[in-house]
Amino acid sequence: QLLQLNSRKINNSIKKWRRTNVFFVYFNYTADIISTVEFNHSGELLATGDKGGRVVIFQQEQENKIQSHSRGEYNVYSTFQSHEPEFDYLKSLEIEEKINKIRWLPQKNAAQFLLSTNDKTIKLWKISERDKRPEGYNLKEEDGRYRDPTTVTTLRVPVFRPMDLMVEASPRRIFANAHTYHINSISINSDYETYLSADDLRINLWHLEITDRSFNIVDIKPANMEELTEVITAAEFHPNSCNTFVYSSSKGTIRLCDMRASALCDRHSKLFEEPEDPSNRSFFSEIISSISDVKFSHSGRYMMTRDYLSVKIWDLNMENRPVETYQVHEYLRSKLCSLYENDCIFDKFECCWNGSDSVVMTGSYNNFFRMFDRNTKRDITLEASRENNKPRTVLKPRKVCASGKRKKDEISVDSLDFNKKILHTAWHPKENIIAVATTNNLYIFQDKVN
Amino acid sequence: MNPCPYFFLLGKGHGGSFRLLSPSVFWSSDLQLRKRGPGGGPHLLCRYSVPGLRLPPSSGLSPAYQGAGRGQGAGRGQGAQRAAVTRRRRKNMAGAAGPATGSGAAGGDGDDSLYPIAVLIDELRNEDVQLRLNSIKKLSTIALALGVERTRTELLPFLTDTIYDEDEVLLALAEQLGNFTGLVGGPDFAHCLLPPLESLATVEETVVRDKAVESLRQISQEHTPVALEAHFVPLVKRLASGDWFTSRTSACGLFSVCYPRASIAVKGEIRQYFRSLCSDDTPMVRRAAASKLGEFAKVLELDSVKSEIVPLFTNLASDEQDSVRLLAVEACVSIAQLLSQDDIEALVMPTLRQAAEDKSWRVRYMVADKFSELQKAVGPKITLNDLIPAFQNLLKDCEAEVRAAAAHKVKELCENLPMEGRETMIMNQILPYIKCPEVRLNIISNLDCVNEVIGIRQLSQSLLPAIVELAEDAKWRVRLAIIEYMPLLAGQLGVEFFDEKLNSLCMAWLVDHVYAIREAATNNLMKLVQKFGTEWAQNTIVPKVLVMANDPNYLHRMTTLFCINALSEACGQEITTKQMLPIVLKMAGDQVANVRFNVAKSLQKIGPILDTNALQEEVKPVLQKLGQDEDMDVKYFAQEAISAVAQRLRKLDFPVKDSEEPSAPGADKNHFLRPRGPGEDTGKAQRDRVARVASKEAAETAQFRGPGTAKGPAYQLHVNTRDTLPQLDTAEIVLFLPKHRLISRI
Repeated sequence: QLLQLNSRKINNSIKKWRRTNVFFVYFNYTADIISTVEFNHSGELLATGDKGGRVVIFQQEQENKIQSHSRGEYNVYSTFQSHEPEFDYLKSLEIEEKINKIRWLPQKNAAQFLLSTNDKTIKLWKISERDKRPEGYNLKEEDGRYRDPTTVTTLRVPVFRPMDLMVEASPRRIFANAHTYHINSISINSDYETYLSADDLRINLWHLEITDRSFNIVDIKPANMEELTEVITAAEFHPNSCNTFVYSSSKGTIRLCDMRASALCDRHSKLFEEPEDPSNRSFFSEIISSISDVKFSHSGRYMMTRDYLSVKIWDLNMENRPVETYQVHEYLRSKLCSLYENDCIFDKFECCWNGSDSVVMTGSYNNFFRMFDRNTKRDITLEASRENNKPRTVLKPRKVCASGKRKKDEISVDSLDFNKKILHTAWHPKENIIAVATTNNLYIFQDKVN
Repeated sequence: MNPCPYFFLLGKGHGGSFRLLSPSVFWSSDLQLRKRGPGGGPHLLCRYSVPGLRLPPSSGLSPAYQGAGRGQGAGRGQGAQRAAVTRRRRKNMAGAAGPATGSGAAGGDGDDSLYPIAVLIDELRNEDVQLRLNSIKKLSTIALALGVERTRTELLPFLTDTIYDEDEVLLALAEQLGNFTGLVGGPDFAHCLLPPLESLATVEETVVRDKAVESLRQISQEHTPVALEAHFVPLVKRLASGDWFTSRTSACGLFSVCYPRASIAVKGEIRQYFRSLCSDDTPMVRRAAASKLGEFAKVLELDSVKSEIVPLFTNLASDEQDSVRLLAVEACVSIAQLLSQDDIEALVMPTLRQAAEDKSWRVRYMVADKFSELQKAVGPKITLNDLIPAFQNLLKDCEAEVRAAAAHKVKELCENLPMEGRETMIMNQILPYIKCPEVRLNIISNLDCVNEVIGIRQLSQSLLPAIVELAEDAKWRVRLAIIEYMPLLAGQLGVEFFDEKLNSLCMAWLVDHVYAIREAATNNLMKLVQKFGTEWAQNTIVPKVLVMANDPNYLHRMTTLFCINALSEACGQEITTKQMLPIVLKMAGDQVANVRFNVAKSLQKIGPILDTNALQEEVKPVLQKLGQDEDMDVKYFAQEAISAVAQRLRKLDFPVKDSEEPSAPGADKNHFLRPRGPGEDTGKAQRDRVARVASKEAAETAQFRGPGTAKGPAYQLHVNTRDTLPQLDTAEIVLFLPKHRLISRI
């Protein structure tokens, strides 16, 4: 019953999304393209990574926690430079500082920890608060002037005094030199002590406390690179079974591996693949079937995959077809040719679950993002833009006219702006608060209560 | 706590070899990146990344030196992050220099005893980690100066709040506090040390937490029973019910120290807390509880063990996470030691049987790894009925890691079997299951130990097919491994048996197509001769080696020379002069230059064994002829040999003591060419050093002299690189290259 109630509320909420905060993050257009968005496990913190290697952390407003209307307020909590551009002298390759992924660690003490990665190097960051500082020296004044040593007749032990809250981000560990190709995913194991990192051809397993060693658990690199037919596009650990992980490929398949069976997981234990519909087959079939993101549901029973045109939900117990398929922007099927020409067809859209696994969300073009209610099968398109909505207004649902006569309020496919895309979205793990990243803006919306 | 014992202690990766990753050269931010030093002492990594600075990993560095290191590091600063760090460091340098110079100037008139302490206290909050660390390490000095009262009321509260510090400082602090009881006023005040240690027991770094727990355990012994219940037990409870799992994991290690001394009522509470930790939500806590289960069981009353620990153990052993289940195997050993045979059978064995057949290879690995402990804990009867069949399964496990772990335990298992019926049991129940090459190799490597348990004859019959099979393995590294066991095998099997079965193998290796194998085979021959004596060598080895001198393949002809180099010393003067020398001299006319200069080198090598006559009349003319060779490398080595021989002749004519021996010409520049006298150290270390010097020199010479003039040293590659396999690969390549191409390459 509780579940039902919950889903009704969310169903309701799908209609009324109110924007609470918009953070404008631009100093430099290219340097601040947001490249990842991630809530921590409690939802109180939201981290974004950008193309300039910076990580910005937002914190949910604390004071007005009782007053529900300001629940969605997030303020900047900490900003730090996670990665710097580097140069690989052996291969004469520039290593971008762009943050590919951020993952929060389960909270282990008062401090917060996150992993951030660029193409090659994963770093573990500690974000901690400090509200006390020591005071009192023997040999100098607090302002640094030295006292005459002869006046020191008694010893003073420094005392901690309260001070303004200071948030520090410090690098704790650097996991480097394990990936030849570009890292696309990191995922923390539910055993709280290991994590995986996946690049185009390999998946490595790390211990969070050991930086000089990692174990290669999957390697799909063929002996002859000319025989290469697929690459790994995403990988994730199961949320509560510590031995299970999945990885998706550019061919549209998802492989589930069991680490109990063997130390090397080159052989999968399950292969999720939907047989191709021969009538839909075209030159672009293979490209659009490539999976850009895979996410387990919080319950661990389902997983969701995003390919270019759709979102699919798989039951882990059924390998031959997804249990649900949602079309994200089917109207683009006729435009694949031009999307191929402007390279948009290779965009990697991510997807996310809501806290109760009843709604899924993913992005699209023209700053649109889509939500699908799994129970009612209703879906909605919303737009994140500064022009259209001021803070605290309700978002209007948008419609794209697929063909034929265009109704009022509808947008024709031809007028969609393909440069405005929403690739990264995140859903608060407990509440109906979502974070949506357009190219260089971060929007946080929450559902309208009452 | 053992971090992830299964995966990260195993050498695991693709192709069975594990990938060791070197630290990045890009590590630019030197702030928090550190690695534990070999002695457990932490040190900053950045020190080693600064070129030209080689600081010992000790902590007693002077501030000035440190500042210099940082300055240099800053010079190479890459990017903003580094620059920011540097700026901070610079400031630190100034801060550090201040009090240091001040102390020199003011030492005279201030309060002499106070001044150093004042500096130490001030440095507790210095911005430089190293200075803070130094200060923390002298915490006892500070406490002594402050007196017990002020230590309790001022110093300890300050330390309790310093948990924001760097890990290495916290680690040192945790360690110091363990020995602080005397400094706070003795056992009556030991509880004052609990607050700082409590906050240290919640930090995120495992090393720091573990050290804090260790210190807490130490301090708990100094509490009176009353104080224990008044202060220590509440602390354990607080930690055990803490919000964050770091505190709960720390609590797991404290139950066993306070339980024995607590009153009955408190004991019940402690057990209750432990039970709840065993079913904690977070796997980290369950793992910590599982790893302390055995220790806790030992201090419990036997009834409680049966009624409480066993169910906990059963639960943990069937945990949904295999990372928890595998730790229960360890607990199994301690629990089994406490119980009677019947109880073991009823309470522990079902779980153990289940673990040995667990779906997860990591759990099975743990069973294999702890096998001999388990065997001892459960006693001979259960071993016979249950463990031996389980062991057979582990030996044929589908996962190589498990098989390897089981194979490691064969020796101990056999030793621990009861004398009666031991042999038949091993022959019938264990050996037939040993199938895969790795396992057999492991057994062969432990052969001398196995031999003590059962007779060699019997064992050799079942192992010989494996040896022959491995000796012809397609992978040269496997062949190499087996060669290295040959002298050991020979020693165990005896001459006759060896001649009959293995001799032909040893000779076949000499013409292997991989250089590393040929080289190892050569060394092997030398060791065999040392074992079996010269007569044996003369009859079996030498003729076969010498026949190869006429081989059409110049590589095989060279192998003859290498064999002679190795064997001459072991065979002695007579054989060398009569049988080997003629062959070597004959080969001086070889049409391949590589063979010719190796003749020169061989002559130099065997020179010390020959008598003056042979040297003067046979060796010298040949060397002189080689000295006129058209090939410059042959000339080079011939000249080297001539000078060595000439020196030897001089020495024989006018004997001098070894210590007064004048250095051979070129000895300074070419260590690697110095003839090795009979009394000289031929140890591996020596060779290593020489090889290193040599290859470095070779590289330098080649560089300075340019391609046309790169002489002998260019060839040192295949002479000196003999210790690591990658080097062997290089050596192989170099040797297989026709000579003129090699020169042009270098």
